[in-house]
Amino acid sequence: MAEKFDVIVVGAGPAGTSCAYTLAKAGVNVLMIERGEYPGSKNVMGGVLYRKMMEDLIPEFYKEAPVERPIVEQRFMMLDQESALTFGYKGLEWGREPYNNFTVLRAKFDQWFADKAVEAGALLINETVVLECIVEGGKVVGVRTDRPDGDVYADVVVLADGVNSLLAKSLGFHKEFRPDEVALAVMEVLKLDKKIIEDRFNLEANQGCTIEIFGDATKGILGTAWLYTNKESLNIGVGTMLSGLIKHKLKPYELLEYVKQHPMIRPYIQGSEQQEYLAHLIPEGGYRSMPRIVGDGVLVTGDAAQLVNAIHREGSNMAMTSGVLAAEAIMAAREADDFTEKTLDSYRVKLMNSFVGHDLQKYKDATHHFEKYPHYFEQYIPLMNRAASQMFTVDGTPKREKQKKIWRDLGSTGQKFKIARDLYNAWKVMK
Amino acid sequence: MSDQPKGQSIEEKQYLVRFKADTRSHLHVLDYDICATKCPDKICTIFCPAEVYKWEDVRMHVGYEGCHECGSCRIGCPHQNIKWEYPKGGHGIIFRLA
Repeated sequence: MAEKFDVIVVGAGPAGTSCAYTLAKAGVNVLMIERGEYPGSKNVMGGVLYRKMMEDLIPEFYKEAPVERPIVEQRFMMLDQESALTFGYKGLEWGREPYNNFTVLRAKFDQWFADKAVEAGALLINETVVLECIVEGGKVVGVRTDRPDGDVYADVVVLADGVNSLLAKSLGFHKEFRPDEVALAVMEVLKLDKKIIEDRFNLEANQGCTIEIFGDATKGILGTAWLYTNKESLNIGVGTMLSGLIKHKLKPYELLEYVKQHPMIRPYIQGSEQQEYLAHLIPEGGYRSMPRIVGDGVLVTGDAAQLVNAIHREGSNMAMTSGVLAAEAIMAAREADDFTEKTLDSYRVKLMNSFVGHDLQKYKDATHHFEKYPHYFEQYIPLMNRAASQMFTVDGTPKREKQKKIWRDLGSTGQKFKIARDLYNAWKVMK
Repeated sequence: MSDQPKGQSIEEKQYLVRFKADTRSHLHVLDYDICATKCPDKICTIFCPAEVYKWEDVRMHVGYEGCHECGSCRIGCPHQNIKWEYPKGGHGIIFRLA
């Protein structure tokens, strides 16, 4: 006889684990199915985990969780071929409790987090692929796994199966994503002595720094590179819309090499030793790419629901919030003993009323705007660099003349209008 | 700049990664003729982050053993000519760090 659980969660990443943890703590009989050897073994993250959403689940988690460094400085680098315009914020308040965010290594962190769900009472089965949802009379009633006699049943199935959510797609919740709805990110972990990291990034022990790099890091196409400090390693990566790689016929790993050898970046990573190379898709389609996330007996969370704020590099925190809200909706449905879409829809309503829905709506046009008008990256970043170089090079030219030259450099009156319009439009999609 | 080192090849990067390959492929080119006749760019051979796809003379070779399971080929193939599945449970790529 096939087994029946109250809830089955597919995927033990941040969304699935948050959901399973919340349910298990409330005494719900929950099964978590993970296809990797262990939770985190199929997951990749640039490396920044925000504290708040995690702490809502496990207070003071950072005292025992495998976190790397609390971030005290966030830098932004507008990169040209031989120069960079950099700005950032460093605040020591981020180095103290309650902290803002941490660098983490996902394979370690996800294992720890999933163990917490297991301690709370969830059952975790690794090395198991969910092949399809079992649907009876239009309602999802369980899952079919790749194990022998692998059918398992539940009142609700939560899909937390990531950016490649074959399950949500097979339920008809969304069509295949387009190349302009996903970013392909490749990265490396580089081992480097603790002391060298702290010296190079101007940090004290147990302080971290992140650098987001725009412009020449992606050869002018839409995307970013990043460089984050772990305890004894650096994460360096680059991600661009898949459509951009296709259009420009770029090999992602060659772009990563380009970034690593860029004269503005190379000094940070010199002497380091490579530990791992990783690639992953990020669902960056935003609000307009969100699939249907509620059905009879089924909810969709995290990356599978396209819950990523690419502008602010947020994703795992949104995944956690969605997992918790899904768990709460399931608990309410259990009270009513009704697992239809009508009842479970409270998940969607709460999610869209949370910061997740608000932020996705705020930036609903942002990625597509910058994708459609590549000159923000291709032209304006080099232009900013030239202007800075002009102003800061002391060569006996009066500053007013330098300003005039910068103004001329912007082009004809028509081109200046175009720049003004672009700036206005950028403000509009970001406001 | 001519003195800039060429950088590391994808083969060298792939050596850093742990894989537990299944004996059967989870990636299938649906129609090899389409790659040969309708896809001059063979763009999957370019954007795949693990160079799983290689055009060898007349046929697309799929080195599924080194796949990162990112899904790009399924989404990026201009002819929707790739059937993409998850490798069998516990198999495929095993990330250890980030």
